[in-house]
Amino acid sequence: MSLILVLEQILNGLQFGVMLFLMAAGLTLVFGVMGLINLAHGALYMVGAFAAAIVASWTGSFVLALAASLMAAATAGALMEILVIRKLYDRDHLDQVLATFALILVFSEGTRWVFGSFPLFLDVPPYLSGPVTLPGGIEYPLYRLAIIAIGLVIALGLFWLISRTRIGVQIRAGEADREMIAALGVDISRLYTLVFALGAALAGLAGALVGAIQSVQVGMGEPVLILAFVVIVIGGIGSIKGALVGALLVGLTDRLGSIFLPQIFALVMEPSSATTAGASVASMLIYILMALILLLRPSGLYGRSA
Amino acid sequence: MIRREQMCNAAVILLLLAIPLWAHSADAPFVITLATKVTILALAGVGLNIALGIGGLVSLGHAVFFGIGGYATGILASHAQTYEPLLQAPFVIEGTNQMPIIWLVAVVFSALAALVIGALSLRTSGVYFIMITLAFGQMFYYFAISWSAYGGEDGLSIWVRNEFPGANTLVPLHFFLICFAILCAVLWFAARLARAPFGLALAAARQNQDRVEAVGITPYRLRLVAFVVSGAITGLAGALFADLNRFVSPSMLSWHTSGEIMIFVIIGGVGRLFGPVVGAAIFILLEHFLGGISEYWQIYLGGFLLVIVLYARGGVIGALAGREVAHD
Repeated sequence: MSLILVLEQILNGLQFGVMLFLMAAGLTLVFGVMGLINLAHGALYMVGAFAAAIVASWTGSFVLALAASLMAAATAGALMEILVIRKLYDRDHLDQVLATFALILVFSEGTRWVFGSFPLFLDVPPYLSGPVTLPGGIEYPLYRLAIIAIGLVIALGLFWLISRTRIGVQIRAGEADREMIAALGVDISRLYTLVFALGAALAGLAGALVGAIQSVQVGMGEPVLILAFVVIVIGGIGSIKGALVGALLVGLTDRLGSIFLPQIFALVMEPSSATTAGASVASMLIYILMALILLLRPSGLYGRSA
Repeated sequence: MIRREQMCNAAVILLLLAIPLWAHSADAPFVITLATKVTILALAGVGLNIALGIGGLVSLGHAVFFGIGGYATGILASHAQTYEPLLQAPFVIEGTNQMPIIWLVAVVFSALAALVIGALSLRTSGVYFIMITLAFGQMFYYFAISWSAYGGEDGLSIWVRNEFPGANTLVPLHFFLICFAILCAVLWFAARLARAPFGLALAAARQNQDRVEAVGITPYRLRLVAFVVSGAITGLAGALFADLNRFVSPSMLSWHTSGEIMIFVIIGGVGRLFGPVVGAAIFILLEHFLGGISEYWQIYLGGFLLVIVLYARGGVIGALAGREVAHD
């Protein structure tokens, strides 16, 4: 196996991880601040992707499409929070799971109703398409590099927002003690809506960015949602840093596992069964990683306590 | 004095038996199939209700056990159809089309899966537990998709329904009665379990973990046993479900299935013995009638569920029978 292939898969893993981070960041913020588990986060990812695909087909502009994905997902998130989620903060996790599962049904079937079951397509803009040659002679799609860059910039921006701004202070205070910051005069319900819309916007952006590589279709958010849960479990709930580390770990493990495992299996098995067995185990690898981390640290890498 | 909940329960179980008997005499096999579906899904819900209702363990991964039960049926039956042994070495294992053996295999393997998943995920609690059971569920789902020997994504067909000694399972009513008898037996078992010292301790661990630990009970072990029992029952339901449809596919393992099993429990009422039966019946009726009105019936299901969760805590049995039984 060539070094180039390995480097290529590392870049793929980074790109996948960065997307997972955009999903996981919103989930972990919402859980950290409001104590809410939101299964409908994947629906916001889908909303972002659909909004981007539609605006791109109207205007032909990819930048406008990304802006639309942010706006649409943030709006959908804010509405979701005001109409339903707000009633769930004082409820137990079971009610939260069910209500947000119900929201998934409404969003998925509603989208299918309006747009049909056929996937929409979102094209990579000309200035981001095609491969670039990286140092070392690796040819790699420019668009995927752009995704990595956008993701890392957003991660930095999020760290800055949380640690350096007034909103960030309020968010961190909200995690620590929500009654106290309400008593200090912070409009807590506005803060909650804001955090929820922020998380939604990140999920929507992730949906739009991935939508240009894959197709835009109903239910596209759910596999990503569950992977984002794995990321959060690994990183520790409520920790943005944990979400970033967990996301990159999951992304790299998944992509490297899918090329290395069949080859490792081929050392001890005949080639045909090694390919299928390797693919089966590779599809389970990140969950095995999660199980291992749970055994060592039940509350995740950066979690406080379960 | 008979409590209102017990009267509700008696009415529900009599209705579930009476409708297929009537349908049999009226020659309406489709109604019997619907009732069988309700019975089997209720059984899956009764399984989940032991973990969720008594133990307070919000498992979003019960589709794993449902699917393992289904695949036990599918795999054993497919080997019986082709006369190809399941295993050659170190000893020969043949496929079978005998339901009791299939059920045993389904129960054992789903219990084993529940033991492993439970042992890992019960180290955590709360939201972590929900996310981890969901993630393990997804793991089995992807495994089934990539397992091409048994159909992979396309699933596995069972050509002829498996056999049960002394009954003709091809007659819809016979198969319904088999499922109904199992449901009754499991309901009786679940009622005994809830009142046994084990069930009381499990419920106590849900209500106040610290106190239970203070009297010397380890909640982890109680919960693990409850999770295994719960998974085994749901696995049995999965085996029956595969025989009902004569088809198994990875969708039995998908997390939507986990969500639906949970919906049965919630619509009926968490922790109520007959909650899953009522919940499954309502779900199937909604699916049947709303599905006839609109292809997108799940929008209405979502709306209905939201209303139940936000405004009718305690589910249908809670609304009918009142809050006589404390189930916090």
